[in-house]
Amino acid sequence: MDYKELGLRAGIEIHQQLDTAEKLFCRCPTTLRDTSERTGEFYRYLRATESELGEIDRAAREEMRLVRKFCYYTYDTVCLVEHDEEPPAPMNPEALEVCLTIAKMLGMTPVEQVHTMRKLVIDGSNTSGFQRTALVALSGALPDGCRIETICLEEEAAQRVEDETFSLDRLGIPLVEITTAPCMHTPEAVQQVAGHIGMVLRSTGRVKRGLGTIRQDVNVSIADGARVEIKGVQELDLIAEVVRREVERQVALLSIRDALRERGARVDRTVVDVTALFSGTASAILKKAKSILAVRLCGFAGLVGREIQPGRRLGSEMSDYAKKCGVGGIFHTDELPAYGVTAEEVAHLREFVGAAEEDCVVIVAAGRERAGCAAEQVMIRAEMAISGVPEETRKMLEEGSTAYMRPLPGAARMYPETDVFVVAIDEPLWESIAVPELLTDRAERFVRELGLDEALARQAAFSERLPTFEKAVAAGVRPTLAARTLLATCRELARDGVDVGRVSEDEILALLSAVEAGRAAKEAIPDLLAELARTAGGGAATPRDRVDAVIEKMGPAVSQADVEAIVRRIVAERQAFAREKGMGALGPLMGIVMQELRGSVDGKVVSETLRRELKRLLS
Amino acid sequence: METLQTGDRVRYVNGGTALTGTYITERDGMAVIKLDSGYNIGTSPEKIEISGRPAPQPPAGAGVVVQNPDLPELAIISTGGTIASRVDYRTGAVMSQFSASDILRAIPELGEIARYRDRQIASILSENMFPALWQELARAVYDEIRHGVAGVIVTHGTDTMAYSAAAVRFMLKTPVPVVFVGSQRSADRPSSDNAMNALCSAAVATGDLGEVAVVMHATTNDDRCAVHRATRVRKMHTSRRDAFQSMGMAPLGYVDYPSLSVTLSDEAVRRGAEEPELHDALEERCALLQFYPGMPSAVLDAFEGCAGLVISGTGLGHVATAWIPKLREMIEDGTTVVMTSQCLHGRVCDRVYNTGRDLLRAGVIEGEDMLPEAALVKLMWVLGNEPDPERAGVLMQTDLAGEIRRRSV
Repeated sequence: MDYKELGLRAGIEIHQQLDTAEKLFCRCPTTLRDTSERTGEFYRYLRATESELGEIDRAAREEMRLVRKFCYYTYDTVCLVEHDEEPPAPMNPEALEVCLTIAKMLGMTPVEQVHTMRKLVIDGSNTSGFQRTALVALSGALPDGCRIETICLEEEAAQRVEDETFSLDRLGIPLVEITTAPCMHTPEAVQQVAGHIGMVLRSTGRVKRGLGTIRQDVNVSIADGARVEIKGVQELDLIAEVVRREVERQVALLSIRDALRERGARVDRTVVDVTALFSGTASAILKKAKSILAVRLCGFAGLVGREIQPGRRLGSEMSDYAKKCGVGGIFHTDELPAYGVTAEEVAHLREFVGAAEEDCVVIVAAGRERAGCAAEQVMIRAEMAISGVPEETRKMLEEGSTAYMRPLPGAARMYPETDVFVVAIDEPLWESIAVPELLTDRAERFVRELGLDEALARQAAFSERLPTFEKAVAAGVRPTLAARTLLATCRELARDGVDVGRVSEDEILALLSAVEAGRAAKEAIPDLLAELARTAGGGAATPRDRVDAVIEKMGPAVSQADVEAIVRRIVAERQAFAREKGMGALGPLMGIVMQELRGSVDGKVVSETLRRELKRLLS
Repeated sequence: METLQTGDRVRYVNGGTALTGTYITERDGMAVIKLDSGYNIGTSPEKIEISGRPAPQPPAGAGVVVQNPDLPELAIISTGGTIASRVDYRTGAVMSQFSASDILRAIPELGEIARYRDRQIASILSENMFPALWQELARAVYDEIRHGVAGVIVTHGTDTMAYSAAAVRFMLKTPVPVVFVGSQRSADRPSSDNAMNALCSAAVATGDLGEVAVVMHATTNDDRCAVHRATRVRKMHTSRRDAFQSMGMAPLGYVDYPSLSVTLSDEAVRRGAEEPELHDALEERCALLQFYPGMPSAVLDAFEGCAGLVISGTGLGHVATAWIPKLREMIEDGTTVVMTSQCLHGRVCDRVYNTGRDLLRAGVIEGEDMLPEAALVKLMWVLGNEPDPERAGVLMQTDLAGEIRRRSV
């Protein structure tokens, strides 16, 4: 696709959880919990508040379609603030400091006075019905000339467990929201910008890591299309694909629009009750439905079933809208007969609603009220198809296609959080914010100063074990040894089922120091780490003592004299072989010696000794 | 530069970006503006310039809501507690709603329970309440009852709701429910307890109760409200929805939500059991004093000349021995002194320890198991209506409005 010609404009919003000790507006830890650890549940109803304009926000109204009861899981790490039973504490200064650090790294300008706002969110993910959020800084630069508009500090929402049940452990964790201008024009550029911002965030060393701790929302529009916001893209690698597929969807919807207009398509606003037609149906879904309603879409035949994205049709969009009324989905004649509905029933249906050949008939089956609501939603979405691409908030499905979530929220859904005082960001505070080194710069420095190769340097810089690596190097451990142990060995052990996470940073550092001091061979590191992991959590021994004990247990220290004796014996035993192979015997004999020493001596030492002994024999 | 006015359109330049917004107000030397994104920020005034001054918009369509004439009529008397509010997203202002139409627009389901007359006697935070306003409130409730309403709802801030409810209860005999209601979580928030509390209070006000009650959340869930007797209810939490508790007795009943079905205990006074009567005299020269260890008896000097003093004493009803001579003096000078307990749960008994016995000998009246606040309000009412100190003392130990339980269970 020629994205330039299509007029692609894309921007991203990045939400990154901060790794602070406490939540943004209460003193609870920012710890995620397993739902089985919950200490209680409670439930609430949320209702949209009437605004001055006598309007309920349109996104809020959408959620109001269903009178929903929300259930919340609570934990011993959650307090009355998350329960919406206590006013918020003052804004967490640690979180603000991290946010300002990020703002400074991105070349942004802070606002002079930070005002916390209440942003209306009544999908149940916030017990209060609003999310607290504050605009902290404006106007940042990105390397490719793209611009960052704002950075906001806000509280994370509760995690949905299922349907209307939410878990409160995540609610209130500080989050920065970074919004770029719609300044990207190719799917790849979007992914690059997201990658760059992610790198800046991780450079602080104070953001949470792991799945779900960073989420990207992507805004996409093409010329003649509409602004669509795609929520919650968790994998960086999928961003470009999400953008490509959204462009594809908008292009397809515009082509459907053109076809509909050409045909003079329209929506017949008469909803027909066709329950009786299906009284003897074999379709399990239709059989159990109290009410089956049909909507005639004039001139839509063939277009409702047309694919607009991999695995998605215009019919899928109508189905998403209908689901807002609590129905399971819809049937349309572009896909029937199927699902137990016979060709004969389809013919009856078409005849009964007076559908011409170029018409498509959509049916919804549910209780009377829900079916009526769903039929209305189908008509609304069908009319939108004639207009073109609707502005929407969408959620990502696996592989990068998307489904409708709700209309784009209007701007009129924020008002001041009067329970939180404003925070001034004055010159001294801004000046006091230190800017950490970018991870990319750090990787370059590792190449330059530590002599690591580029791949390993980058791996070390971007690793979660970066702090341990730097401590090890500072303690005199060779950088390659530290990097290989922390990045390769630990990962390999984890892959083999060793719980390396149980070995403390100090123990790893003590172990590396022991190797550097010649108290253990570097070949023994995997075995020693495995043993440290196996025996972790035992007593109160110091890391150094633990490491020494493990070295002792795994293989007593072997002196150079011992090594020489063993080497001499083995070479003597295999004299004939050695004479035959010459120095070529070095490799095979090395294996035998190392096996005997069980890795307790550095291979280099063994190899040197063996080489000397062979030379002596052969000379 | 032109002076900024609320509502002015402004252009804000910061870090090379220009944004537009609306000027809201001045705060700590900063201009607060609402950016078009909805966010408020504070900025030095020199960073903004006025780009336009839109004509003031008339308040949006405050149409009258048509009420169903076939439903029973309730009076909603507001004192300042908010059961409905409206947010102006342009300025961020939250406005309390007091007219029946505004309340019905905010909580439309109320219209399915009753039709409403509205009456506003004050618009104050409940910590600013005072006895003269309790009297005005009692008179307003009495007027509404005489007017023939099926029930009265009083919206009230929660801080001192229990005082006002008890005060009205002592001053008024009522054949219909008089229900005090409020909200613990602000009415602007989608999660507010306002709507459910209001709906439950309307259900009680149209129901079979015949006394003054407080109707508020029974639990942290939105599952039911409790109906509390006005003279035995206390706010027991600063912020939780279920802050109001019946003390020393079970609630008079519950209202299930969202079914709004009301169940009343046998103890609840039923509709029509009393004829309407108003006795609105209060002796305001009364005080409530919480004793603490080491509190100097000189504190009592401040209460000299008081007609009545309720002490919230320790444990079974004690103050330091050193206080006794001073108390004896006050009582001899005509002050009625009633002892209650800061334990809140349980009955005062000054016959167990010497200090107690000395207090009784000095003329202190045991306040039985009355809540300190209820005892204060009662003392004002008793002294306002009974000039004879001895008979007043007897009344203080007599259950007049459900404030004293004969048995502690």
